[in-house]
Amino acid sequence: MNIINIEHIAKIYEVGFEQVHALRDVSLKIDKNEYVAIMGPSGSGKSTLMNMLGCLDTPTTGKYDFKGVSVSEMNDNELARIRNKEIGFVFQTFNLLPRSDALHNVELPLIYSGIPYAERREKAEKALADVGLADRMRHKPNELSGGQRQRVAVARALVTNPAIILADEPTGNLDSKTGEEIMQLVNEIHEKGNTIILVTHEEYIAEHAARIIRLKDGLVASDETVEKRYLPNDKISGVN
Amino acid sequence: MRYIFFEIKEGLLIAFRALRSNKVRTSLTMLGIFIGITVVVLMSTAIKGIDNSFQQGISALGSDVLYIDKWAWFSNEDWWRLRNRKNIDMEDYEKFKELARLPIAVAPVINSQQTVKFQDRRVEGVFLNGSSSDYVKTTNFTFDQGRFYSEVESNASRQVAVIGSEIAKNLFPRGDALDKTIKVGGANFKIVGVLSEQGSFILGPWNPDNQVFIPIGSIFKNFVAEHRGTVTLNVRAPNPSLVEETKAEAEGVMRKVRGLKYDEENDFSINQQEGLMDNYNSVVGVIQIAGLFITGLSLFVGAIGIMNIMFVSVRERTREIGIRKAIGARRRTILSQFLLESTAICIFGGIAGLIAAVLGSMMLNQYFPTSIQVDAVIIAIGVSAITGILSGFAPAYTASKLDPVDSLRYE
Repeated sequence: MNIINIEHIAKIYEVGFEQVHALRDVSLKIDKNEYVAIMGPSGSGKSTLMNMLGCLDTPTTGKYDFKGVSVSEMNDNELARIRNKEIGFVFQTFNLLPRSDALHNVELPLIYSGIPYAERREKAEKALADVGLADRMRHKPNELSGGQRQRVAVARALVTNPAIILADEPTGNLDSKTGEEIMQLVNEIHEKGNTIILVTHEEYIAEHAARIIRLKDGLVASDETVEKRYLPNDKISGVN
Repeated sequence: MRYIFFEIKEGLLIAFRALRSNKVRTSLTMLGIFIGITVVVLMSTAIKGIDNSFQQGISALGSDVLYIDKWAWFSNEDWWRLRNRKNIDMEDYEKFKELARLPIAVAPVINSQQTVKFQDRRVEGVFLNGSSSDYVKTTNFTFDQGRFYSEVESNASRQVAVIGSEIAKNLFPRGDALDKTIKVGGANFKIVGVLSEQGSFILGPWNPDNQVFIPIGSIFKNFVAEHRGTVTLNVRAPNPSLVEETKAEAEGVMRKVRGLKYDEENDFSINQQEGLMDNYNSVVGVIQIAGLFITGLSLFVGAIGIMNIMFVSVRERTREIGIRKAIGARRRTILSQFLLESTAICIFGGIAGLIAAVLGSMMLNQYFPTSIQVDAVIIAIGVSAITGILSGFAPAYTASKLDPVDSLRYE
């Protein structure tokens, strides 16, 4: 069964008296364990689509089923629950809580799903160890490098064991070497059976994915499988 | 239910984290509530303390005693009309005593202010009470040492004195007052009795503890010319339930004594402790309301401070709110997080204020009676919590309504 099934969704913003059609008519399906990149120039609607997929926003018209459940008509609390349990976000700007250490940042989604202290500590520590930050758990974001911060964000996205990982320009604020390391981490996560949706405007980042969806002016311009997928030849674990 | 507890516990931890990370701001905000609670509690304990000691002091006067006087204690009449009344003199007293049937004791009282000395120790401005040996029967005096002056001593206007406990403490720190001779305004008086502590500070010079009691004849001989001063008749009813009858009788007798015709107004007043009480209660009521209102204002200012800071804090942490929402915080979670934050500020400020108020009232207690009530403690903490919730609600609600997409993009 498809995890994500979008049919003819549109999103219209009212800016003053003007209507902005961020998404006009987009339909797509994403299966379990797919690795999809969404590409497009700025203004193409990829951020809007990403917000929609991440249940941060609901479409003006159209139908969005997540794991067979309709998201389009959900209220704020139901959306929050889906975001908490089913979606792991990785943002360009990391979006960690600046005054909390890595462990607390990773543990936060578990707090919101009501998991008791001992259990969530254990899970958060494991998630941090999995991204190679076992020795950085008590560091605050400003004591970590950009790459390490993004690893914390990845750990936070993974800790609830979500149905999809949504990465929005995950390498945008990183130098190319660190970016490559993060992309390898994402590949590893994909190989473990996770579904990944990657939003980027850089071709070489998108080539990590198995399928590229290109948007233009709020419409799907192309949707194709990548022939020559970029695969990392060596796997790296923790970068210190 | 379990989930709500979990949410409150986690919310508190998150709130403490936020408060800790901004210590200066947190403590400045707390200061507003701290000051508010301190003054409110101090004010209420001071009022309560004064009230207690007044009740205690006034009950020493006895509820079954009438004071027949030229002057009215509480009256709307012009003072010059009262002044023009004829003085009450010893003849009036003799006649009254003879005619009145109900009272168990009638004592004529005249006062004078004098300096009291013993060797090199002195107390100035002491209220000298001149009366008859029956005076003690109009009071509930108890004695530390000795006795009240006798009928013989009173009738013979002997130079004998009974002193209040405060006077005794000041003149005879070692407690050996009995049979000593003190100088009262130049004349020698032998101490025949020392009162144990009677009243309370609130009565000031009227507190028996600060008075010296001598026979009325001695006061006329030494300090006040007879017929110059007016005498007050202290009249004690046989029991509290007969006060009204005694009063009615006293009025009739007094009119006869003063030779008033049926259409003439009373040229004397019959005063009672009750009137003092009523008057006092209305005064204290006003002070209480005004005091709590004014001090309450400072608490209100503190609450505005908190609301202001919470609004700033929500604005500043818009992005944080966005992150929290993106990873699954619900509206209620965000709302309770900010509410708990403002409530925690208020409760901590309130507890600190309470401690300061308790310490302050302990210090004040040396000059002034104060009394910390358990209900004041509970009310203070309750008020702080409610202040926190009320002043935090609007900012917290604003935070909970933020759109996750917009707030994530907020710089």
